[in-house]
Amino acid sequence: MTSCGLDCRTPTPHDNPLQHRQNGVWHYLLKRILLTIPTFVGIVLLTFVVIHLAPGSPATGTVGGFGESGVSAANHDRLREHFELDAPVTKRFGRWIMRVACFDFGQSFADGQPVSKRIIERVYPTLILTFSIIVIALLIVIPVAAYAALNAGGFVDKVILGACVGLYAIPPYVFGMLLILVVGVALDWFPFSGLTSEDHAQMNGWQRLVDLINHSVLIGACILYPLVAYLVPFVRATMLAVLKEDFVRAAFARGLSRRRVIFRHVLPNTLRPLLTVMGLIVPAVLGGSVVLEVMFSWPGMGRLLYESILQRDYPVIMGMTVLSAVIVLGVTLIVDVLYALADPRVRYA
Amino acid sequence: MTAMNHSNSILAFDRSLAIDERSWLTRGALVTAALFVSVALFAPLLAWHQPIVCKYQGTYHFPAVADTFSRIPLVGGWIQKSKPFRFPSFDARTALDSDTFALWPPIAYGPSEMIAGANLPASGAHMLGTDDRGRDVLARLIHGTRVSVRVGVYSMLLAGLVGIIIGGAAGFYGGAVDWICSRLIEIMMCFPAFFLILVVMVWIGNGVTGVILVIGLTQWTSIARLVRAEFISARELDYVDAARSYGATGSYIAIRHLLPGALAPTLVVLTFGVADAILLEAGLSWLGLGVGSEMATWGGMLRDAYDQIRTHPGLMVAPCVAIFLSVLCCHIMGERLRRSLDPRNSYGRSVA
Repeated sequence: MTSCGLDCRTPTPHDNPLQHRQNGVWHYLLKRILLTIPTFVGIVLLTFVVIHLAPGSPATGTVGGFGESGVSAANHDRLREHFELDAPVTKRFGRWIMRVACFDFGQSFADGQPVSKRIIERVYPTLILTFSIIVIALLIVIPVAAYAALNAGGFVDKVILGACVGLYAIPPYVFGMLLILVVGVALDWFPFSGLTSEDHAQMNGWQRLVDLINHSVLIGACILYPLVAYLVPFVRATMLAVLKEDFVRAAFARGLSRRRVIFRHVLPNTLRPLLTVMGLIVPAVLGGSVVLEVMFSWPGMGRLLYESILQRDYPVIMGMTVLSAVIVLGVTLIVDVLYALADPRVRYA
Repeated sequence: MTAMNHSNSILAFDRSLAIDERSWLTRGALVTAALFVSVALFAPLLAWHQPIVCKYQGTYHFPAVADTFSRIPLVGGWIQKSKPFRFPSFDARTALDSDTFALWPPIAYGPSEMIAGANLPASGAHMLGTDDRGRDVLARLIHGTRVSVRVGVYSMLLAGLVGIIIGGAAGFYGGAVDWICSRLIEIMMCFPAFFLILVVMVWIGNGVTGVILVIGLTQWTSIARLVRAEFISARELDYVDAARSYGATGSYIAIRHLLPGALAPTLVVLTFGVADAILLEAGLSWLGLGVGSEMATWGGMLRDAYDQIRTHPGLMVAPCVAIFLSVLCCHIMGERLRRSLDPRNSYGRSVA
């Protein structure tokens, strides 16, 4: 951001965007942050609609669905009270927003604990796993994709692309079953059930960490490979496009070394679009975690959702749905802010 | 990774992988896709517990043919009303008198029919063996194709319709409508698709229609974003101005001038979306929350295999291969479509 004393007047919306350079980024960020408010209200509204448009009401005895396991009479009354079904809709919706804002979803039917406590102890493992896998994926993707792009059309490039296309077509739960079969059962290298060993409590700090990582290797691999297979062709294509740009040719023409052009000119412009994809990856990974966590008996968000659906634990279900959407909303916001800080062009869009 | 967004950049594998008109990859994908669809359409003619043609007590009957067409809307109602003949099962395949004969489908077992011993290995009678409840694996695979193809195609048609309406409204009207539609898209994109689908499945309950509805109503966001962007960029073009100048109405411009341009890229996203829908449905069925355990599905077969993975790992081969092939087919066809519809990716020449 260069400041040239000539353009210091207050920007108006009809100005040439390039004229309000200094205020551009803050203007954009403020707008972007304010825009999350209607989205947040929408998320809350949608969950509200989902629970209240259900046949009958959430408190109706048998809501249909899976089997005969309806809601017991005691829970029925608690539900009526909890969702204030006798109050007018507007009041109910207002209360629901307040509950979400205070992160208070009442008590779980299964064990009477507060829902927020139940959810939070399950959110940590999933979020830590998800974000560490994303970091590992990026560490793998960037060098591989860069190598493929710089040797585009070559044999190695074709092998990498073919492997990505093939891997991406394997569903994670199929891959997970293969891993359990080969690495878990036949070779017995890694445990494939739960997050801790039976003697976890007796271990010291370092052993505990190793134990946790051991239990997360297989499920982590199942999350990792589709990410890599999706991102490598993406980064490779972006990089190929950047390599064709004039400024890269100009950099070479100025006599800069190949290494410097690639690291200073090509890579930053390649990695910026990668940021935006993050906003799409997080919900996909969270959604995919349900089957994987059930498969590996891994105590995370996805398995909690599955368990509460089987138990008809409505407070937990609604809390999980809202929370997952809010996490994604937060990630998207952070990504957009980072993107605006990294790329001046966005602020004027 | 199901439900990854394919709108802005999909598996962009350039010309490095030979996916052009004449490559064996494209042809293979087309042939396999056609195979899947025809297996789905004619599943009862391939594997069913009723004969295709039979003569029973002096009259001819076509029970499997009737069952093939009983799913088609209008004809189906008529067929079901006429109460199709059921071959009595007690002497179905063995004891036939001289006047009775039956022409059976190649696999003479239904998908839910417990006919033989459990976990039989592959043999002449059961080409892929039987599962833990003595059901023929190949018959289940064939009827599972039916569910997967139906869910894939119908849910994406629904998603395409919703996406075009919402994205088109946003792009065409702009202003407040655009703002509302964009927020709607944003809200839907915030929910991990599988979470929302699971929650709604609790209310809707099991069934193919429910799965189609839920997947269709959650997977339209990428299409809506795409259509919106196409409409916005085309709205400013000269031919739209020209249409306006000779007095074309708004809906005429939207349908005749803007929509055709948006349909082609939508088709690409839909092709990839079929793969996502198949994966979502298989995932739901794996959890036991999808179509219902009484129907044969690929996901359900995988679950059965998972439950006895230590004793009979061979059971997982058939559904794994089916899911993998169908997803790969959709990806290759989608990539092929994208390349032929995107002028910047034409062979050898670049417009830019």
